[in-house]
Order: sequence, then structure tokens, then C-alpha cells
Amino acid sequence: MAGFILILIAALFFPGIILRTKSIVSGRKGPGIFQPIKDIWVLMQKGSVFSKTTGIIFQIAPAITLATILCSALVIPFASQRAVISFEGDFLFFAYLLALGKFFAIIAALDTGSSFEGMGANREALLSMLVEPAFFILLATFAMLTGYTSFSDIFSQFYISNNHYLMIYSIIGFYLLIQIAMIENSRLPIDDPKTHLELTMIHEVMILDNSGFDKALIHAGTYLKFSIYGALLTNVLVPAHWNIFLQTALFFVIQLFFAVVIGLMESFRARNKMNKNPKFVLTLSAISLLAFVVVLILTGKLIS
Amino acid sequence: MEASIFISILTVSFLVFLLPKQIKYYFSLILLISTVFLTSFWSIHVLFSNIPIREIETDIPFFQNNFHLTIDKLSSFFILVVNLTVLIGFLYGNGYLKPYHETKNPLRFSIHFFALLWLYFSMLLVVMLRDGLAFIIVWEIMALSSFLLVIFEAEKREILKAGISYLIQMHVGMIFILAALLIVNKESGEMSFDALKIYFSNHSNLLLFSLFFIGFGIKAGFIPLHTWLPDAHPAAPSHVSGVMSGVMIKMGIYGILRVLISVQTDLLIIGMIILVVSLISGIMGVMMAIVQHDLKRLLAYHSIENIGIIGLGIGLGVIGLATDNSALTLLGFSGGILHVLNHSLFKSLLFFNAGSVYLATHSRNIEQMGGLMKNMPKTAVLFLIGSLAICGLPPFNGFISEYLIYLGMFKSLSAANLYQSIVILGSIVGLSLIGGLAIFCFTKAFGIVFLGSPRSEAAKLAKEVSNNMILPQYISIVIILAIGLAPFLFVKPVFTMVSGMFVIPELGNITNHSLTNLSQISLVGGIFILTVVILLVYRYYHLKTKTVEIGETWGCGYTAGTFKQQYTATSYADNFIQLANPLLRTKKVSTKITEDEIFPDKKSFQSHSIDVFKTLLINKPTNWFLGLLKKIAVMQTGQIQHYILYAFIFMLLLLLLTYLNLV
Repeated sequence: MAGFILILIAALFFPGIILRTKSIVSGRKGPGIFQPIKDIWVLMQKGSVFSKTTGIIFQIAPAITLATILCSALVIPFASQRAVISFEGDFLFFAYLLALGKFFAIIAALDTGSSFEGMGANREALLSMLVEPAFFILLATFAMLTGYTSFSDIFSQFYISNNHYLMIYSIIGFYLLIQIAMIENSRLPIDDPKTHLELTMIHEVMILDNSGFDKALIHAGTYLKFSIYGALLTNVLVPAHWNIFLQTALFFVIQLFFAVVIGLMESFRARNKMNKNPKFVLTLSAISLLAFVVVLILTGKLIS
Repeated sequence: MEASIFISILTVSFLVFLLPKQIKYYFSLILLISTVFLTSFWSIHVLFSNIPIREIETDIPFFQNNFHLTIDKLSSFFILVVNLTVLIGFLYGNGYLKPYHETKNPLRFSIHFFALLWLYFSMLLVVMLRDGLAFIIVWEIMALSSFLLVIFEAEKREILKAGISYLIQMHVGMIFILAALLIVNKESGEMSFDALKIYFSNHSNLLLFSLFFIGFGIKAGFIPLHTWLPDAHPAAPSHVSGVMSGVMIKMGIYGILRVLISVQTDLLIIGMIILVVSLISGIMGVMMAIVQHDLKRLLAYHSIENIGIIGLGIGLGVIGLATDNSALTLLGFSGGILHVLNHSLFKSLLFFNAGSVYLATHSRNIEQMGGLMKNMPKTAVLFLIGSLAICGLPPFNGFISEYLIYLGMFKSLSAANLYQSIVILGSIVGLSLIGGLAIFCFTKAFGIVFLGSPRSEAAKLAKEVSNNMILPQYISIVIILAIGLAPFLFVKPVFTMVSGMFVIPELGNITNHSLTNLSQISLVGGIFILTVVILLVYRYYHLKTKTVEIGETWGCGYTAGTFKQQYTATSYADNFIQLANPLLRTKKVSTKITEDEIFPDKKSFQSHSIDVFKTLLINKPTNWFLGLLKKIAVMQTGQIQHYILYAFIFMLLLLLLTYLNLV
């Protein structure tokens, strides 16, 4: 349960820290850390405008997407504590539930009948399809290394062995998770949330027609997704048998670090050319294969 | 007693030709329902009790033996799947056939219902007969009756062509099965599936299995044996395509499983063959589905993908047997077999709704549709649930079977050696890709057909189909949700079945673990649905307090947009096609704007995808062979002197050969 609550708390700060980082780097005064949360509040108070082309799908999709994200957070463990719900193969549930949310986001975009949103929908569909193998290879290496098949068991057994290669592995895993999180959340270098031309957007163009309450739900979902991946990063980096208070502190440090990294990346990097994106995403699968090789060595299968 | 009821139903079915047109359907329905009750009674008895087998004897002589039926747990499972899908399909079919009542004569209807009944009976008999000769006969009846069903609209040329190509390919498959059974007969003295054990115990397993695999694989539609499938399914009326895709192709899977029970050696290589073929089928099937414009053809390619998933489970199960990996064996086979049930549910559902869309718009072309959800909300919701289930998303049934297969693989990873790890990792990547591609495909299919604005006049005027077409489909929906939310109820009998079929050590442990996991899935699935409901209810009351306006879709300031500016199916698939074109070979033909055109004329654009396997494996060899035959046809001059000369040369040759003692 602690993990779930910590994820909710971290989600409150996360987007604000990204914003602060970006404004400090670019020399602006910038908004406060809670501005994104205040924005959600403001959106909640506003009325809504619905396109006359849209139907029921467009109305229910944001709520379903948020529900998928909330429920996927239930299987994330924290420290030595088990997740709220933990069973063998819960990471499959995690991945497929998030995919369900995406399914609804995509068809909601198609529901508007707009060429812009169709474009965003199809880019999102392609990229999330391409990123799937990388995530599953990473999960496979987790399972192979520890011999367990649920997030809770995997992360509690992660640092049991004293092999030094483990460091290489956790660094690769850390890198991959950050990149996967960036793609899942449509951030640089795949997609720039601050771009101002519909033709170059992915995620933002899908939600052009959402307003008011629905838009608030969509934003809340994005923030939650960040902190979920942040929690996964913590689990990969911090051994589960350390002191719980230290771990709680480290949890927030890592979330902070993650947010600052995103802020810095978005300040100094340009977005990929759109047709370079598939290559970029597939590279991640290649890197995750590298992780697989490292685990083959770690478990003594390749070199005994 | 029971057997005589069954036999009399089979006999009475001929009466359908004599009855008046109005009651043909109801007469067939009564026969169907009584058979459903009878066979379900048999199979539920076998499936949920400790009796491993139920023999039903008759005194009707059939060659040397009496005609008798054997029902074990595997047969029972398939009987239940067949019963369910055929019943729903038949109920749906009544509404679907209504528009044809004016144009088709009574004989057509008699043939149709008779063939449908016999397709059903033959599928039941396929899983109940063990005798080789009887099996071949009902296998043939199955092919013939489904052929008659496919050519229901035989006056259309392309439908007749698809039907005939189907008939030919089914017989190619039958030759392989017949050859395999004859080999068994020669070596063990008995032509039956029970004799396979004897044969396999002292002969090469791989060779005979390959024959069976090709024969049954053509029925199942594994790539590259799938070429009949994308033509036959769109050609058939939708209730028939639902039944064919939902259960008939699974008879191939049944055959493969039936043979696998007896296989004793060469397990690793057999498992690898099944695995590799299935992975190719799964990935290529869904990739080719994405580029289709014909809704039913898209679904047909998706059947290939799902056969791939089933095969993946079975292949992993066999590899598990070969490497003494209990988890992989149990979970692989169970996942594959459960997917047979799952696929029969959602694929028939999708085909039925594609049929409803066809009735409403008179088109199967996705590009002509759009916005159908407004006029056909029930059909749209049914199609949506089918799409979510086929993508393997929780909390629907597709997720459960894919979960079992995944779990088998993940659990085996840590104990596997280097090569096994690589194979398993490859399968994990394959299955995850299939999942991602399926989502891509069904967001396209659902989004373009049912959402947005109508792309044609027909789509604008579409009307919801009648309730007696909709209602039977709710049965499928209920079972889809039941499997998704209470999976342990369904997985447990499957576990029992698999453990009866194969020897699996340390069974109890894995079974208990898996059932606990499944109950957790129910829990988290329930939580998810609850969250959705709470959010939606809150949203409903929240929006009541705010002003809600209706406006135009955001057009970037441009207000004169038309429906033609929407994303089409082709444009949705375009970025994928660019990526996958080396495998898909999509051709684009367009007229270019030339430099001297100040005011451009009408332009056209076409994109066309070919089935690479069909072109390379079927069309090219047959064309080459036809070319060869044409060259030989030079001899056919039509002049009697030449023919006498040929006879003379032949006799001379014979003389020479005899002289040299060669013949």
C-alpha cells in the first residue's frame, strides 16, 4: 500500500519539477511547483465543449484511461513491502492494462473525425507497438535473473547475488526504463508536448478536442504515469533490504532526479524527425537485448 | 439409446429438402438444438467427472467394426466449443438471411441449411471418431458442406472462384492426412488414431507428424498453408464465416493435438517446428491484416494470427514435454487450448458484426464506412468488445489465454539453458509484437468503421440490424466477460484435461499456484471495473453542474472541412506500411501532377497489397507448371498422323527397352 500512496504523492510534484527545471535553465522566473496541479483544478471547474462528430467513446475514454493507470499502479511494490496486489505475471497485467488505456485514447482521437487527431492516433499506435518488445525483453531479463515472475518478488530478490555485473545490468535497466517512460508519456526526443504545430505532435494532437473535466483526467493520468515509472526506477536502483526510511527518502530523490533529467533533456535537445522515431524506438529493443546478454552471463548460461 | 437418437437426428436432417420454405429454418433449428443438448450432456459428463472416456456403441456395421463414438476430455472440450459457436451462429443466421429470401429459391435455402447442419454434425463426428477411415469420410463431409456454404452467392463470379480454390486446397490437405493414416495402417495393421501409439513407439516420429501437421495445418491456416483462408471467409455469408473461422479451422488444431498425444520421440524438434511456424503465422497474419481494406478479409487474416497464438502455446507445451519443464508444458498447452475457446467466441462475434455492417451498408470496404456507431450503437459496442478481447486486453478473455502462455515462458526462463532461453525470449518478443500489432489493427478497424463521420452515402443511411441478430451475440459477450473476470472457473477444467493428456510431473504445485494467480486477476479486474464505474458516475454528476456545449471538431481555424479530410484506413496504416514494406510489398499507383498542368485534372490513387506467401508459394509454381504444360501441348496438333507417329514411337521405345532387358 505504501508504494501506491507514495506514487500518488510523487505525481503531485513531478510535472511541477519538470516545469521549474525548464524555466530555471532557460532563465525565466517560471510558475510554481504546484502549477500543473492547480491547472488540473482549474480545468475541473470549467465547462466542456464536445465536437458534434464525437459520441460515447469520446466521453468515456479519458475516464477509462485514467482508471487503467490507477489500477496498474496497484502492482508496483515499494521497498520490502509487497504491492497492493501481487501475483505471478502481474507485470503482464501492468503492460496490457496500460495498453487498454492507450486503445481507448486512440479510438477517442479517431472519434473526432479530425485529420490531425487521426494522425496523432496512428503515430501513437505505431510507437507503442514498437516499444512493446523492449519492455518485454526487459521484463524477461528480470524474470531470468531472479527466477520470479511478479514485480514484488523480482524487486525483493534483485540484489541478493553479489555479482558485480549486476551494476552494469541495473544501469542498462535504468536507462531503458527512463527511455520507455519517455516514449510512453510522449516526451522528448519522440514527441515535444510544447510544440505549436499540430502536424508535428503525437500525444498533444490526440487530445486537441478534449476540454474541461476530461482534459483534467488526461493530465492527471500523464502525471501518474511518470511517477509510476519513477517508482519502477527506484525499485531497480535501491536494494529492497535497506532501511525503509532511507528508501522513502531515496524514492523521492530518484523521482526528483528523473523529473530534472526530463526537464534538462527538454531544454537542451531537439525533437527527433518524425520518420526517425521508429529507428530510435527499435534501438531500445537492441539495447534491451544487450541487457539479456548481460543476464545470460550473470546467470552463468553464456560463460560458466 | 443415446446413439440411436443421434443417428436418427442425422437421418431426419434430409427432410429439410421436403419442407415448405418458411419452416425449413425452424426445423433445422430444432434438430440443431436437440443435438446440442445431447452432445453437451455427453461432453459435460466427461469433462467434469473422473471418467476419462465415454464410448458410445451402435450396432450399425461400418466396414470391419461397428460404428462407434469415443469421447474423451479433449473431444468434450471441442464439442462444447463447436456447440456454442454453431448455436449462436445459427440464431444470428436467421436474421442475416432475411434479405435473401426474395432473391433465392427454396432449393438454395434447403441446400444451405442442410449443409450448415452437416457441417455441424461432421465437426462433432470429427472429434468423436477414432477410426481412420470413418474420420476421413467425415473430414471430407466437413470440407464439402463448408464448400456449399461458402458458395451461397454462387452467381457472383469471385465467390465461386474462392469456393473452388477452397475446395481444392482442402483436398490437398486431405491427401496428407490420408497418406499419414495409410502409413499407420500399413505398419501397425490398424487404421485409427489409437494405433498411432503403436506406430510411434517403433518408427520415426518426426516424419509422420510432419505429414499430419501439413494436412491439419492447411485446415487450421498456418502460414504458408493459409492461402484458402483470406478468400473463403469474405466470400461466405457472415454467420458461416463466423462458424468457419470460429470453430471449423480449430478442427485442424484438434487433429494436431490428437496426434501429439501419441508422439513419443523427436519432441524437441517437433515443438520447434510448431513454434517457428506459429510465430511466423502470428506476426505475418496480423501484419497482413493491417493493410486490408475489406473488413472480413482483415478478420480472416486475424484468424491466422490467432491460430499462431494457439500454435505458440502448443509448441511451447511440446518443448516443455521434451525438456521436462512442467510449468511450460501445463501452461503452454492450457493457454493454447483455452485460446481455442476464446478465439471461437470473439472471432465469431466479430464476423457476425462485420456481417451486420455489410447488411447495413452493402459494402465490406472499410474506406466506405465511418460514423456507424451513431446509427448502429449495439453493433458497435459488440464489435468493440470483440476487438478488445481479440487484442488480449484485460479484463476480457483473450488476456487470460495469452497470460497463461506468457506465464509459462517467464517461469521457465531462469531454469532454461542458453538455447532454450533464446527460444523463449524470441517467443516472448513475438507474442508481445503480436499484441502491439493487434492493437494497431483493431484501433484501425473499429475507429475507421464505427467512429468519425460517414465516408459514403450508404454509411450515412445505415440502420441498426434487427434485434434477433443482436440478441444471440449477448451470449458470447457474457462468456467473454465470464472468462475474463472469473478465469479459474474455466482454466481448471482445461488444466485437468491437459494433465490427462500428457504426463506432467509436479503437477499439483503449478496448478494451485496458477489458480491463485487467476483469482488475483479476477480481483484486480474487478477493482478496475469498479474504478471505471466510479470515475464515470462522478463525471456524469460533475458535468451536470457545468455548462456543456456542442461545437465543431477543431480544424486548426479552418471551418470548411469535409468528411474526406478524415484519416482513412490507408492513411492510418501508412506509417506501418513504410516500415514493413519489405515483407508486405504494398504497391501504390497514383497519377502525378505534371509540370504544365496549371489547373490539375482529376487524379487517382490506389494502394494494393499482395499476399507474399500466396504469390511465391502458390501462384509462381502453378504459373510455372501451367507454362510447362502449355509447352508440352505443342504435341497436341489435332492431326491423326501425328498421333499414330506417337504410338509408333512409344511401341518402338517399348521394344527397345525390352530388348535391353530394362523393363
